[in-house]
Formats: sequence, C-alpha cells, structure tokens
Amino acid sequence: MKKTHALQIVCVSVVISGYALPGVAQDKNAARDLAASCFTCHGTNGNSVGNVPPSIAGRDRAELVQMLQDFKTGKRPATIMHQQAKGYTDEQLAAIAGYFAAQKPAPVRVPSKAGS
Amino acid sequence: MTIDRREFLKWISASAGIAALPACETTGAGGAGSARVVVIGGGFGGATAAKYVKLWAPDIDVVLVERSDRFISCPLSNLVLAGNTTMQEITMGYDALRSRGVRIIRDEAEAIDAEKRQVRLARGDVLNYDRLIVSPGIDFLDTIPGLRSPQARERVLHAWKAGEQTVALRKQLEAMPDGGVFVMHVPVAPYRCPPGPYERVCQVADYFKRAKPRSKILVLDANPDVVSKPGLFKAEWNGPYKGMIDYKPNSELEDVDAKGMAIKLTFDSVKGDVLNVIPPHRAADIAQKTGLITANERWCGLDWTTGESVTVKGIHVLGDATLAAPAMPKSASMANQHGKFCAAAVIALIKGQPVTPPVIMNTCYSFVSRTGAMHVTSIHQYDVAQKTLVPVKGAGGVSDKSSELEGTFAWGWARNIWADTLA
Repeated sequence: MKKTHALQIVCVSVVISGYALPGVAQDKNAARDLAASCFTCHGTNGNSVGNVPPSIAGRDRAELVQMLQDFKTGKRPATIMHQQAKGYTDEQLAAIAGYFAAQKPAPVRVPSKAGS
Repeated sequence: MTIDRREFLKWISASAGIAALPACETTGAGGAGSARVVVIGGGFGGATAAKYVKLWAPDIDVVLVERSDRFISCPLSNLVLAGNTTMQEITMGYDALRSRGVRIIRDEAEAIDAEKRQVRLARGDVLNYDRLIVSPGIDFLDTIPGLRSPQARERVLHAWKAGEQTVALRKQLEAMPDGGVFVMHVPVAPYRCPPGPYERVCQVADYFKRAKPRSKILVLDANPDVVSKPGLFKAEWNGPYKGMIDYKPNSELEDVDAKGMAIKLTFDSVKGDVLNVIPPHRAADIAQKTGLITANERWCGLDWTTGESVTVKGIHVLGDATLAAPAMPKSASMANQHGKFCAAAVIALIKGQPVTPPVIMNTCYSFVSRTGAMHVTSIHQYDVAQKTLVPVKGAGGVSDKSSELEGTFAWGWARNIWADTLA
C-alpha cells in the first residue's frame, strides 16, 4: 500500500512539474485547481453522487490519461466528454488524471434536507 | 449573533483612542488568530466558495452570510412548472456545509466598508474580514412601469428566482383552462441562464400536451433569435411540440398591463391567460451599494485570475453578478466554477502564494420533456494577452439531439453540482 502511494506521489509531482502556463510561477495546487472543474459533474475529488457520471477518484492514472486522450481524439464515443477533453492541453489532462488517481474513493457527501 | 472576541477587542482598542490595526492578510481580521474570509450569498457561487476555502485551508475562518435557511435550485425548477419534479426535490439545507466548518449566519448584508474591511448585517452585527467574497445573484431592473405595484407583480410572475414564484406560476398554469394561451417574454441577453427560457417553453409544452392539449404558447423574445442551442430547441418545437408554440423574435417589451393581462410591444399588444415576464436584471443590490458595478450599470467587472473586483480591492465577485468574460454564460455551473477558482485565489493571496490563472468549464443541461435532455458545454482558458478567460476554439459544443441518456446525465449533473456546492 505504502509503495503504491509513494509511486502515486512521484507520478503526480512529475505531472505537475510538466504543467505550466506561460509566465506563471510553479503552483503546487495547479493539478487540484484544474481537476476542480471536473468536480461539478463527477463529484468533489471525483466521488460522484449515484455514480452518474462515474466516480473517478482513485482510478488508475494511465487508464485515465488514455481515456481522456481517446475522448480528445474522438476515438472513444461520448455524449459530452469528447467536447470537453478538447478544451485542455495534453499536459493539463495528464495533471487532471494524476490528481484523480491520487484521490481515495470516499463515501459521497450529499446536501442536508431543508429545515434540518 | 453576539459580537465575537475579535470584534470586541477591536472596538475596545478603538474606544481607547488607539487606532485599530489595519487588517493584515497574514494575521487575520483584527489582529489575533487566523485570517477570515466572509462570503455574502449562499447560492451556487458563494456556497461553493465557502466550502472550498474551508476544505483547502482549514486554518482560515470562513463565515457565510445567507438570508434564507434553505437553498432552492434554479436548475431543474422549470421541471416543477410542468409537474415533472417537485419543490422538495430541488430544495436543500445548509447543515452539510456547516459540518465542513463553515460558520453560517442567517442574515442579510446591508453595507460593506471596504476601507475598514467590514460587513454590516441587517440586524446590526459587524463582521471583519481579510477578504470578502460577494456572490449576490441578481435583482431586477425597474424598467416595466406596469409591474411596479405588488398586485401586478403577483399576477404577472417572473419565476426567475426559484422559490415562491415557481410554485405560484405552477398554480397559474394548473388553473388555466384548456385552450388558454401562455405568453412568455424573454429579455435581451445577457440574463441569468441563457437556455432557461427555452427549456421553460419545452416544459410548459410537455405539461400542456399531457393535461391541456388545446392550449398554446407564445414566446416573445427581445433577442433576434433563440439565445442558446437554437437549432436543438427549434427541433423540439417543430417535433414533439409541433403546432403548440409560436416564436416571435425581436419582440421588445414596452410595458405590461397586469389588469388586462396583456404585454405591450413596440407595435403590438398581446393578450394571454398566463403571462410570464422575465424582467431584465443586474448584479444584486449589495453589489450596487458597494460600487462593485462597473459595466452598463448592471454587472461587476473583475480580474479573471483572482475574481477580485476591478474597483474595490479585497472584494471578490462571483456568479451571475459578474460582467461575463467572452462567451461565458450566467449559469449555476459557471458560478460553481467561479466559487472554486476564487477560493483557490483567495487562499493563495492570504498565504502569499502564487496565483495561477484558472481554467474553467461550463456544463448546462436543458430538459425538453420529463426525461429527455440536451447539453451545452464550453471550456474557458486564461489568455494572457487579452487578460481574460476565453473559450477554447474547437472545444465544447452542444448535443446532436436531446435524449433520455442525457436526461439521466442531467439528473446526475444536478445531484453532483448540488453536493459539490452544499456538501
């Protein structure tokens, strides 16, 4: 377990150092902030309510990278992901995949009932 | 709420004739303890910002000021009009957000003193802040003389803020006799939720088809064409709802006659059994009072790297109240994304860390029936030369056509954005 975790950290830091916008200083939260745009549909940190669209927390990094690339090139059919993956650079997609791969699948939190 | 220790100390020092220390970004509002971020407005923008400042920087004190004890989602509220979902389904509480460690004060922000970095609440309490996030939503412009009286506003509804008006419009539609005419007016863009009016047309048509098949819908649009997903909406109107909907573009509203139940256009007057007029709107009152409105007396200009106001330092503005970057819609999805990038920027600014310009994504679904939906999506990357967020060319787009599969994703979207915002 520990070894896997350490490997993930290595992967993530490699990915992050590969991601940089022109003229912007290195930001240790860059991958998190990019991935946050996916939370809206895939849930906070990739843990999706009801698993629709699917949870992506803790998924294999290479698998996620491949999937995002396949959406981007149109190889993998989709209702919406093929349009969204095209909005990111390859480096950004890799950073996003690295972030979600490093997350632990967790029980979802849902809003409380009104008046509670 | 009682005055907390920080404010008490500050007032003691002030009354003792000692100048209060200016709020320091690293040591917190008023001096001792952690930094404080105050958020005004618990909608999609503000609640998300409050959640993520706390999640990503637990040491920061986060206070959310919200006047309601419940959150009612505008997305999916059109389904309530058709009886395709219930108010209960789109109404949520703030306890899950509270359990994240966000302090929630049920009150209304009455005034902001940007120099002293203080927010005064309607009940008289004063909150100090290091950084303030204002996510106030919209208020309506007073441009329709016939809607100035409360009686007129009760008769001719907007239902453009989900809640009582949603329920009231549903009741009007239920009370309307079969063979009646529902007339809707759409204001000139930009307005909250570009596809919203046209989704509403589909939902009302879905209800009429089922319950009042002889009824008609007249859409008076001040815009030259359907503002969002025109091809897709027209495919519905000429498909499953053929013969039910009359769409009239370039229909500028002059006035409303609530007694005579008529909408007056420049050259015409149109009667209906149920009128639904969405008045033009602007950033809500607190933004206006604070001098945050910078464009056309309606919207708040901001720095799209941090969300900070271009006029008032230390104040960040989110959501529908903002002067949109190019091709950026006023949507729940955008407000939720504003909340996250702003939270990241506010934390970085407080901690003296670098701020990376954001990449944000819009995803909006429109329901065209009880179960069918279609989407529009766009990705916005920061352009250093233009100093704003711009949509990525060749990315984003709309559905090929509405489908039940996308209806399932639309519900998934709703449940996830609610959780990402409120839990």
